[in-house]
Amino acid sequence: MKLCRVLGNVVATVKHATYTGKKLMIVEPVEADGKAVGATFLAVDLVQAGPGDRVLVMQEGNGVRQLLRRDGHGGKLPIRSVIVGIVDEVDTP
Amino acid sequence: MYLGRVIGTVVATRKAAGLDGVPLLAVDPLDDAGRTTGPTQIAADATRVAGPKDLVYLVGSREAALALEETFVPVDAAIVGIVDQVYRDPTADRR
Repeated sequence: MKLCRVLGNVVATVKHATYTGKKLMIVEPVEADGKAVGATFLAVDLVQAGPGDRVLVMQEGNGVRQLLRRDGHGGKLPIRSVIVGIVDEVDTP
Repeated sequence: MYLGRVIGTVVATRKAAGLDGVPLLAVDPLDDAGRTTGPTQIAADATRVAGPKDLVYLVGSREAALALEETFVPVDAAIVGIVDQVYRDPTADRR
């Protein structure tokens, strides 16, 4: 999983049916000290994260299908990145 | 998933089985500020209504094919939404 910071969100009306009712956040990969590394991307929010939060982002489709297996769609979920946790603290002694 | 700007359409008459009727669009991948993050790529349009100049979001890898009606097809990027609004909190990286 990646440590990221939430920067904002994206709104879309026309979208794939599996994205209906899901919040899509803009996230930026960060290092343990909070320094940004790499390009921003989008992730579905499952934990009610908001802008400024440091979060854990899973970028793996099979894990997403397991998390959202009760969503229906026969396991055919075109979702790859999901926010799975809000980070309180990173301790790197 | 990532943002992208549709810059054109692609026509391919001969293509892999299962891709008939799937619109193909040329897309520049973008970050939240609208900066290009890599080379132009060709994406299958799962919304079927995206067109040039639209700001869209895409899904890559195996999950791209899962966005289409035929889900076992050789596709590695698919447009899954047309963006109405991008909200970027100006204070997010100062917290």
